[in-house]
Amino acid sequence: MIQTRGLCFRYPDGPVLSFPDIDVAQGAVLLLSGPSGCGKSTWLALVAALMAPTSGALTVAGLPLNALKTIAADAWRARAIGFLPQKLHLSSALTVQQNLAMAQWAAGQAEDAAAIARALQALGVQDLAGRKPGQLSGGQAQRVALARAVLLKPQVILADEPTASLDDEAAADAVTLLLQTAAKQGATLVIATHDARVASLIPPGIDGQIGFQPLRMLRSQLSKDEQAAGQLSAGSAA
Amino acid sequence: MKTLSLAWHYLWSRPLGAALNVLLLALGLASITFLLLVGHQLSRAFDRDLAGIDVVVGAKGSPMQLILSGVLHIEIPPGNVPLKAVRELEKHPLVASIIPISLGDNLRGFRIVGTSHAYLSHYQATPAQGQLWTQPMQVVVGATAARKLGLVLGNTFAGSHGLGAGGHLHGDSLYTVVGILAPGGSVLDRLILTDTASVWKVHEDYTAVDDDDRKIMEDEREITMALVQYKTPMAAMSFPRYVNTSTEMQAASPALEVTRLLNMLGLGTDVLRAFAGVLLLTAGLSVFIALWSAVRERRGDLALLRMLGAPPGKVAALLLCEALWLGLLAAGLGLLLGQGFAAGLGWFLQLDNSLLIGGMVWPPELAVVPGIALLVSLGAALLPAFGAYRVSVLELLQVR
Repeated sequence: MIQTRGLCFRYPDGPVLSFPDIDVAQGAVLLLSGPSGCGKSTWLALVAALMAPTSGALTVAGLPLNALKTIAADAWRARAIGFLPQKLHLSSALTVQQNLAMAQWAAGQAEDAAAIARALQALGVQDLAGRKPGQLSGGQAQRVALARAVLLKPQVILADEPTASLDDEAAADAVTLLLQTAAKQGATLVIATHDARVASLIPPGIDGQIGFQPLRMLRSQLSKDEQAAGQLSAGSAA
Repeated sequence: MKTLSLAWHYLWSRPLGAALNVLLLALGLASITFLLLVGHQLSRAFDRDLAGIDVVVGAKGSPMQLILSGVLHIEIPPGNVPLKAVRELEKHPLVASIIPISLGDNLRGFRIVGTSHAYLSHYQATPAQGQLWTQPMQVVVGATAARKLGLVLGNTFAGSHGLGAGGHLHGDSLYTVVGILAPGGSVLDRLILTDTASVWKVHEDYTAVDDDDRKIMEDEREITMALVQYKTPMAAMSFPRYVNTSTEMQAASPALEVTRLLNMLGLGTDVLRAFAGVLLLTAGLSVFIALWSAVRERRGDLALLRMLGAPPGKVAALLLCEALWLGLLAAGLGLLLGQGFAAGLGWFLQLDNSLLIGGMVWPPELAVVPGIALLVSLGAALLPAFGAYRVSVLELLQVR
């Protein structure tokens, strides 16, 4: 589902990040862990086709993303990627139902109330459809955001720091919910986090089929000379 | 969910701010609507009521007063002129026709005008009920006057002295309604018309002490003014000068006086137009600030839309649609308020049954109002929309 070869990204005025080659199978769970600034978000942005890699090959859901144009990338992302941001960004102007309908609008699809109802039901929040985000608890809001992420049945779900500012119990619930939802949809799940608790919350071999592929990324520590020479280095640890 | 629907929800997520912007914009648009409505109705009234009248001859005084009192019936006349002098004018080789106008009495504020059938023919007025007068003390009532006074055929009434309500009642001389005019949109709608002889009779009956006195009064009969039509347009060069220098009367040209009047009104109109411009500018700035703040506050939400697959243009369109809603709502409210202001002015003016200005009139010029509304709102939204267009989804990921 996700395949990278020699992937690296250079910020115009900053560090060069290089990433280990990986192959993530459909339905697998990939944990991206590491301290803030190590490149997790950059990797997510590359996989979501929000940025083009400086070099290397990146294939997601069978599509090489290296040279995807913006409009094509937007359309592809709407179909292939479900995203759960750290700040949930549920629009306070809209009800839960409308927040999900907005996802369909953004993807250029007609409103499908039945699909929204199914997504909310799958996350156990069908009774909250008429509420505004301000009327939801933190857990409820996260379920709604997850329902929005999986509404269009993406092949890859990207979760950015899903346990940030959650206590242990809530963090465990959040991770379990993500794993269950991805498993139900048969989607590949990528969790980017600096929260050390998450690794322990993911049991190896869920259902005996889903692979668990912990990946630790380290920010490149390049000397100015090395940067100038365009040499890339990366550290990775299992 | 449609873009417009989504924009509507976003717009009203801050109801106070949205309402304030709509109100500001609407006030500016209402001022413009009011100006357009009044201008349109005044121009229509002038065109209609002055058409075919080349010059008005009456007592010396203000020429504009003569026009306003004798043609538009919104002013008191400067005085009367001898009937004999007017009859002399009728014989002038440049004069095609003369319509006599005699003012002096009213019924509850509606003027009783002594004239001839030619006055009705001039405005192509025909009775909707009854017929034209055939003898003195019969009246034909304009449609608006009949409706407001509740007059029907066969009613009799006594006129009050003067042109405003509350004068002395000529109780001995009763008028009889023999006709009610069909509404024609002209000044006749709000007049009570009768033969010139009726006006003389009422006042002679009231004033004459004996037959000799009556005889003297008959010899000295007057009318208030005469509406003159030339035989040739060239008459405009010499006829007014002839009247002004060779008689005790004055000749006033409706076209000249109305142009003067409109120039005088122009200053007030310019002030109101400038006021509307300032309001619109303020509203535009307010809309700009509101949308700019909205983009800043909703950067995360907008970035999420991009993450969910919305192209940049679609995100920008969301902002433009919010502005579109503001513009449309303000245009609707502005038009209604403008109509309300015009209706208010109409109500105020009709207290003395003067000009026919009112609300709920929809001349084609009003189409400019929604145009201005959209120009201001969408113009103010351009920069915020560009900001929304450029929102980077990377902000969502807190990359770097």
